[in-house]
Amino acid sequence: MIEVDNIHKSFGESHVLKGITAHFEKGKTNLIIGQSGSGKTVFLKCLLGLFTPDEGSISYDGKVYSKLSASEQRNLRQEMGMVFQGSALFDSMTVQGNVMFPLGMFTKQSKSEMQDRVDFVLKRVNLVDAHNKFPSEISGGMQKRVAIARAIVMNPKYLFCDEPNSGLDPKTAILIDNLIHEITQEYDITTVINTHDMNSVMEIGEKIIFLKNGLKEWEGSNKEIFKTENEAVTDFVYSSELFKKVRQMYLEERN
Amino acid sequence: MNYLASIGSYFIMIKEVFKKPTKWSIMKTLILKEIDELVYGSMGIIIFISFFIGGVVSIQTALNITNPLIPRNLIGFATRQSVILEFAPTFTSIIMAGKVGSYITSSIGTMRVTEQIDALEIMGVNSLNYLVFPKIIAMLFYPFVIAIAMYVGIFGGWTAGVFGGFSSSADFVEGLQLDFIPFHVTYSFIKSIVFALIIATIPSFHGYYMKGGALEVGKASTTAFVWTSVVIIIINYILTQLLLG
Repeated sequence: MIEVDNIHKSFGESHVLKGITAHFEKGKTNLIIGQSGSGKTVFLKCLLGLFTPDEGSISYDGKVYSKLSASEQRNLRQEMGMVFQGSALFDSMTVQGNVMFPLGMFTKQSKSEMQDRVDFVLKRVNLVDAHNKFPSEISGGMQKRVAIARAIVMNPKYLFCDEPNSGLDPKTAILIDNLIHEITQEYDITTVINTHDMNSVMEIGEKIIFLKNGLKEWEGSNKEIFKTENEAVTDFVYSSELFKKVRQMYLEERN
Repeated sequence: MNYLASIGSYFIMIKEVFKKPTKWSIMKTLILKEIDELVYGSMGIIIFISFFIGGVVSIQTALNITNPLIPRNLIGFATRQSVILEFAPTFTSIIMAGKVGSYITSSIGTMRVTEQIDALEIMGVNSLNYLVFPKIIAMLFYPFVIAIAMYVGIFGGWTAGVFGGFSSSADFVEGLQLDFIPFHVTYSFIKSIVFALIIATIPSFHGYYMKGGALEVGKASTTAFVWTSVVIIIINYILTQLLLG
């Protein structure tokens, strides 16, 4: 579980996070949503330890990040997996090299043990014939799968995803969402996803946090988001006519 | 004020490079790759330029000797002094700042833009050690490049002098041996090691701390080349004053 207690973050005059308190549960897909400029990315980077909050604290299963020594912080980071918006695969390495990288760097496994683990995770993300291809030779959807495989190869306790399905076609986007959701439940990971994608919200949002102007405006699940009367949330989530109709139908059905 | 902050950040970066070393089995591969990329990969252009610059120095010296009292062995002497003292270590380093420096800035800058450096950091890897340390170690082989540049430059001077009809081979070789001070070669190698560290670290600094997108990667490469050249020229002056003054 990740507990965030009243974090603030400013860059010069710009006060980006204005006191966010939240907790993200283990084995659940936690979504952070909000308009561009609402502070989502800064919030995620604080969770990852890439930014240090000016005030407040973040704890990972009871360990307060700011109170850990530099080496303890690095060890904690090894328990984190991250799927970047642009996948962030190492261009100079093959798919296999990318996935094997954390194992080679941090474990004392033999070559064959690492190979077995890489084969296993690549199979888990449904990529079996791409071991020797370079990132530039595979599609965006496949790159995302490789990024997920690399993120889970060390059996992380925490998985962070920054807009994992941006730039993907709707079908592939749903496959990636479902894959992350399945992996979260299967390995009992605390997953936090930063997204703009309303399909993701509806499909896998077990817990959703809506940020507005650096503050937590609303939180709930994908079931509750249909019923919420919070105007900021409804304006954002149901901005398209299609979603407005879907919501209306859902509410009529419920009544 | 910004310059002072940048200089401070540069030295902090150097300190970070030597912290939390990457596993040796991985580092070994990275160092060999960088030696191939930065040192071995530059040999062709260095040999080509050295040969012709040596030749031009020889011809220019010959054409400027109008007084019949000046001995013809001055051509070999001037070529040797120019090549060993300045051309090989300094001029070659400016070329390397362009070739190797822009490669370093653009490769690290692209990793920054595409979040590959963030990925390394999140994994718990000291990205500065992983990316910059192998380049520093690889560039310690740079004096070998300079030694070859010296040899080829002098050979180019001999070829132009003798086959261009400006000097006999005996006169040229006599000039090469005239008043030879071995410390000049040591001075040249000392300079080349210092320049190697500058070529490895200043472009890395500009690539690592760059912000923006593809356009900024190009701008950072240009800025890195300018600053690397400026620092090489200044350090060249200081070292010459200290070691030969």
